[in-house]
Amino acid sequence: MKTLSYAQAIHDALVEEMRRDEKVFVLGEDVARFGGAFKITKGLLDEFGAERVMDTPLSENAIIGAAMGAALMGYRPVAEIMYMDFLHECSDQLINHLPKMHFMTGGKLTAPAVIRTQYSLGRNTGAQHSQFFPSLYMNTPGIMVAAPSTPADAKGLLKTAIRGSNPVLFVECAALYGSKGEVPDGDYTIPFGRADMKRPGTDVTVVAVSRMVGEALSAADALASEGISVEVLDPRTLVPLDTDTILSSVKKTSRLITAEDSCGTCGVGAEIVARVSERAMDYLEGIERVACPDVPAPFSPPLQKAYMPGRDTIAKAVKKMMS
Amino acid sequence: MRGFTRSIKLNDSISKTVLLSLYETMLRQRALEERVAELYKEGLIPGLAHPYIGQEAVAAGVCAALEKGDLIVSNHRGHGHSIAKGVSEQAIFSELMGKDTGMCLGLGGSMHSTDLQAGVVFSTAIVGGGIPLSVGVALALKMDKKANCVVCFFGDGATNTGAFHEALNLAAVWKLPVVFVCENNQYAVSVPVSKSTSARIFQRAQAYGIPGRFADGMNVLDVYAAATEAVSRAKKGEGPTLIECETYRYRGHGIYDSGLDYRTQEEINEWMSRDPIRALQQKLTTDKTATTEELEAIHSNVKSRVDEAVRFARDRPYPSEDLLTRFVWA
Repeated sequence: MKTLSYAQAIHDALVEEMRRDEKVFVLGEDVARFGGAFKITKGLLDEFGAERVMDTPLSENAIIGAAMGAALMGYRPVAEIMYMDFLHECSDQLINHLPKMHFMTGGKLTAPAVIRTQYSLGRNTGAQHSQFFPSLYMNTPGIMVAAPSTPADAKGLLKTAIRGSNPVLFVECAALYGSKGEVPDGDYTIPFGRADMKRPGTDVTVVAVSRMVGEALSAADALASEGISVEVLDPRTLVPLDTDTILSSVKKTSRLITAEDSCGTCGVGAEIVARVSERAMDYLEGIERVACPDVPAPFSPPLQKAYMPGRDTIAKAVKKMMS
Repeated sequence: MRGFTRSIKLNDSISKTVLLSLYETMLRQRALEERVAELYKEGLIPGLAHPYIGQEAVAAGVCAALEKGDLIVSNHRGHGHSIAKGVSEQAIFSELMGKDTGMCLGLGGSMHSTDLQAGVVFSTAIVGGGIPLSVGVALALKMDKKANCVVCFFGDGATNTGAFHEALNLAAVWKLPVVFVCENNQYAVSVPVSKSTSARIFQRAQAYGIPGRFADGMNVLDVYAAATEAVSRAKKGEGPTLIECETYRYRGHGIYDSGLDYRTQEEINEWMSRDPIRALQQKLTTDKTATTEELEAIHSNVKSRVDEAVRFARDRPYPSEDLLTRFVWA
């Protein structure tokens, strides 16, 4: 084990996969000499050259189209879209095309393209540079969605994404880039569709996504001193979603709280709550979603603080449920 | 009509084999579409279908300039592209009827064709959406150091989408082996080019520093010549070309559209008087390149092919329901 930052772990996954398979290449805005807006691809140009590390114009449709077309032809492109907000620029390629290539062609084509992006909520970047909306893609069959919360998960999941046969939307969290954690030595992968129990507990199940995993763990620490035992689950991939692990946890605790940096309506939590309600209604004593309000992200720091869910909102929800 | 009409000239360097093959391809495209219209009325083809009738010279001329290993990306009006690239009538009719002997096992329908053996990568039902994808296909060909190219077909409407501009710019910057073929059939559904498009479409190439070439899309030999030049450029590593083929769809936008709400019968007749199939037929017989008997033999062969394919597709059972979920994930 070694200690790496979330950013470094993602960088290492890219480097190792590019060394392992010459069909892997990287494209996106500022990814070459500049190393990407968040420096994830720094150094790749020097090692792999301009033929495998390609700067693109500010053309998100063309970026996804180029990645998809190359993927259909046997390549394994990793495209970087600088902010998750910018995915709306390329929704036609990303929603109407990429996830449907295999299906619409009766399995004749496969499009193993990985689209990396990040959301920046918490960095005072305002309403157009803060959005986290993975549930949009949960509603789009044919594209897998990963949202890792730790360096080790980020590295292992990105490797799985690159090696797989399906398109993957890989959503990083900018607020986590500097966070550190232990990462296994050597080559390893993490399977999609397997939730990770970040902390076992008996009273309440908190299913947390991305940045909220750390917040949930922090809340669980605080609540433990008050005698409340919180189980924290990180689905790690939202498509496929490990419903079974969530269900067995909820059947044990009988209480479910979901936590995410999305707006609550039709968010990830809405889907998890629906699945649990359908299949474990009789076990449920409490159910609640912790999420952003249905408001665009504000800029002013105190307003952003009021807008963002976190440790305290989770702890409050748990205590209300236990009272 | 905009004054770009060119008379058919028989180029000495085009062999009789190529000429007859162009003729046969156009006949096959038209025969297929005419039968599609009948089957649609009979209720055997559900959903949408966008007839290629009138535009045959474009795909026939372009695909004749391609070799094995060259690829195409097509669009919603794609049956003619598929025929020209070598897809069988059986595979097309089966797909249109939703049978599992179709190109996409019946999961795609009229607007989606994929036949990798023939070199048809994909056809998209989103106007302009295939253009970025074709850039990726061209990128792969370049990275593979292959001496092949990809042709992307789209209509005049697509040239007003952002995807067109993003993709042409990127293909030009990266000097990719792609030929952009715009079939300007004068209308994006009902809106004429003059009311939607700010400049001649081929002139837009200038903005990306690539050649923009006009071709008379009612003249298969003019299209063939333009495509040959562009394909050769692409394969020599000189980058993309935009070809605007001025053409006309005789029928409506879709098979449900009479095409008469926004066009006059006179206008349609005027374009039909320049019919690309009849023009080539007259040229071939006048110049004694082929006898009437030879051409009639091609006709009857094409007709029986269509009959046979329709019979085949009609007799196939519909796919079983397990196909519904089989190809969501690879």
